[in-house]
Amino acid sequence: MIAQRPALSSPASLIRGLLVMLLALPLLSACGYNTIPTAEEQAKAAWSEVLNQYQRRADLIPNLVETVKGYASHEKEVLEGVVEARAKATQVTLPADALSNPEAFKAFQEGQAGLTSALSRLLAVVENYPDLKANQNFLALQAQLEGTENRIAVARRDYIEAVRVYNTTLRTFPSVIWASLWFTDNKPFENFTASDGANEPPKVDFN
Amino acid sequence: MAGRSGRTVRAGLSAGSWRTYGPGALLLFVLLPLAALAAALPALTGRVVDDAGIIDASSKAALVQRLADFEAKSSDQIVVATIPTLDGEAIEPYANRLFRAWGLGQAGEDNGILLLVAKNDRKMRIEVGYGLEGTLTDLHSRLIIENTMVPAFRAGDFSGGITKAVDDIVLVLEGNGAELEARARRNQDSGVDGEAIAGMIFVVVWAVLFFGGFAFAILPRIFGRKLGPGRYEWLGTTFTYTSGSGSSRRGSSSGWSSGRSSGGGFSGGGGSSGGGGSSGSW
Repeated sequence: MIAQRPALSSPASLIRGLLVMLLALPLLSACGYNTIPTAEEQAKAAWSEVLNQYQRRADLIPNLVETVKGYASHEKEVLEGVVEARAKATQVTLPADALSNPEAFKAFQEGQAGLTSALSRLLAVVENYPDLKANQNFLALQAQLEGTENRIAVARRDYIEAVRVYNTTLRTFPSVIWASLWFTDNKPFENFTASDGANEPPKVDFN
Repeated sequence: MAGRSGRTVRAGLSAGSWRTYGPGALLLFVLLPLAALAAALPALTGRVVDDAGIIDASSKAALVQRLADFEAKSSDQIVVATIPTLDGEAIEPYANRLFRAWGLGQAGEDNGILLLVAKNDRKMRIEVGYGLEGTLTDLHSRLIIENTMVPAFRAGDFSGGITKAVDDIVLVLEGNGAELEARARRNQDSGVDGEAIAGMIFVVVWAVLFFGGFAFAILPRIFGRKLGPGRYEWLGTTFTYTSGSGSSRRGSSSGWSSGRSSGGGFSGGGGSSGGGGSSGSW
């Protein structure tokens, strides 16, 4: 069914054919020059979303602290703990360009984990104050906090997936060729590591 | 057997059987990894997907009508889904997965809402798309769940609870009237989708040009009558193939699988969700 292949007229034509194919290889869209920058930008965009949601959580904290203070003002250590943890978390920022830096990423993750555990402590303390739990303002904040924690989880999942794709393109054939030729500066991005217990979002129990 | 084209005689994996079974086998290999996903997602058969069987028929019909009308008015896609069990998964990741798989809401606008009820786990969630997070806030979702759905579900009235919850959702979305109208205008569905037709014509022309060459190289050999070595007659035309003419590579046709099941013509608009909304249990 395939038409008879023309006999090789000369080795030169074979070399020419191979050369043409080799030059055409980078242009194949599925595994060409564009794969690495595209995957990188995708990962950076996913990271911006993660930062966005963490920032949103940080923004909810002052309001939460004020509301709790109204009912449980003598729970000083816990309240101060939350305020401090928030300050620390917002200080350690991680711009998208520094995503391949393991120490910076670790510092960022630790800052946010500190805030998560401080929040859990605060919400555990709130359990002892039924008036506070029934307060409308507090309920609103609780709903927002839960929603934000969920959004953080979703954003992290999207980021992990985007980083997986990006790191894979840096290592697999044929994009590994382009990486070593043109994208030597591109390092794999860091990913979230599960630290014991720190990934648990603050549990909100309405019972 | 001698003298016949070798193609029809070879047993087993002959070229003919590859042609017949090849695409099917390929499709199977492509679909196989999908089976590895946790908790298979139900199909989007309509605006109300009642896999747990807790909504009665009349409520369902009324709901579908209400949701269809609302989408026509505002372009927001609200879908109600009930499932028997979550298979151990938390409802939040499941709802997000389902929302994204169904692609609720218009692409770009992301104005979809999923109301999910997991019957045996006694959990429910309202998952809100990116675009509606400002209007149907987490607090709204929480209040709808706590005040409307939980009491009704505890009394065993699933249909009533869901219907009232949908009413509440629509109320909140309509409450922001100006925003709603703006959204509707942005995503207006013109009766004759001119873009789609133009797209289809383009694809058809391109396909004819692209595959025509291959088709004329291959098909006469298959369907035509052989007149001699390299010469075939098919549909009244004589095709001559001489060595030195371009090799007829087998054109690979891409499979267009939309992956969306249509229930009365309803399918997701391609929107996404970022995890907004609220969960509850009864």
